[in-house]
Amino acid sequence: MTIKNFAFSPPTLTVKAGTKVTWTNTDPDAHTVTSKQGSGGPLQSAALATNETYSYTFTQPGTYPYYCTIHPFMTATVEVTP
Amino acid sequence: MTEDTPDGGGGEHGMTRRQLIRHSAWFGGAIVLTVTAGEVISHIPGSANAAPASSADLRFVQVSDSHIGFQGPANMDVTGTFAAAINQVNSLGFRPDFVMHSGDLTHLSTPAQFDQVKQMLSQLDTDRVFAVPGEHDSIGDNGPRAYRQAFGQNTLGDGWYSFDTHGVHFIALVNTLHLEQLGHLGNDQIDFVRKDIAGLSSDTPIVIFSHIPLFAMYPTWGWGTDDAVQLLSMFRRFSSVTCLNGHVHQLFSKTEGNITFHSARPTCYPFPKPGEGPAPLPVVLPAGRLKDAIGVRTVNYWQGNHALAVKDEKLA
Repeated sequence: MTIKNFAFSPPTLTVKAGTKVTWTNTDPDAHTVTSKQGSGGPLQSAALATNETYSYTFTQPGTYPYYCTIHPFMTATVEVTP
Repeated sequence: MTEDTPDGGGGEHGMTRRQLIRHSAWFGGAIVLTVTAGEVISHIPGSANAAPASSADLRFVQVSDSHIGFQGPANMDVTGTFAAAINQVNSLGFRPDFVMHSGDLTHLSTPAQFDQVKQMLSQLDTDRVFAVPGEHDSIGDNGPRAYRQAFGQNTLGDGWYSFDTHGVHFIALVNTLHLEQLGHLGNDQIDFVRKDIAGLSSDTPIVIFSHIPLFAMYPTWGWGTDDAVQLLSMFRRFSSVTCLNGHVHQLFSKTEGNITFHSARPTCYPFPKPGEGPAPLPVVLPAGRLKDAIGVRTVNYWQGNHALAVKDEKLA
């Protein structure tokens, strides 16, 4: 997963359960990878400076919406299939 | 000319005839921006702004978006440009009554960054330094905590407060927490403001500080506040309301009815104009051009005039 121009790319990522997903921030500004409020999701990165990464291994199938808490208009989803 | 008579029955959202006449005089149209020797001076057509700043009753300064901790080609030395901005405030030729930092003091909300910016702000030659947090001061669970530890003394809730000086009522708001798409104030804070202004005469000049704009400057990039209308509707009865914000890293002014909005320059690096390019990415300017895009703001107020004179200066 890439974070570029204040967008998560791809906006929807589909992976099998057990997959480790890594986000890399290529922007000059900082971003976070954070599960949407109220979604109960597990994503909770620190603020990622330029070229920093965050990884999470999805074990449970489901839909995981997330966003950047610093720039909340940046939203995306991970779909985890069995 | 000072009039302290209470509102003569304009109703909750109405205006007295006197207020309407004033309102038309102060807010009758677009803001006029006068540019002289690198200074941008804005005023409302018809307002008396010709008086020299030295005669003002109240003089305060706004600095914004220092982003201490940022590293990148848009500004290789944010500490240096913030220090230069502080020196510029200390060289204005007058001692401001107070200085307000309107948020994004830090880039990543770390305690060390808050310590550094607080230390730098203590160099200001002024009686009082105020702040409101930006979203970069509000990252994760620890960011808001570290901000309040550094700047939250004598504040309420998540760090909001109000104060009065020289007959002007100032309100400092937090709209960088619990974000969903845009800036957000929340019901607790809106209730605080409702009670805070309940007893004020409608002739009291109001100044509202927030980090994110309280008007919809460019919602696609998060440049707006989702519940600002709820807040601003409570200010319809006032003759003069001025909202001063940061966040957008560029000058922008507009009026909506009786409310005037002024976005401030940062001290770090500029953002593109709304919609220019894919995102609000820090703009990398040619060498030597950065100081034209960053700077400080002074605001002058003459008691009885109600209108405030806002002057934006580039970094010297």
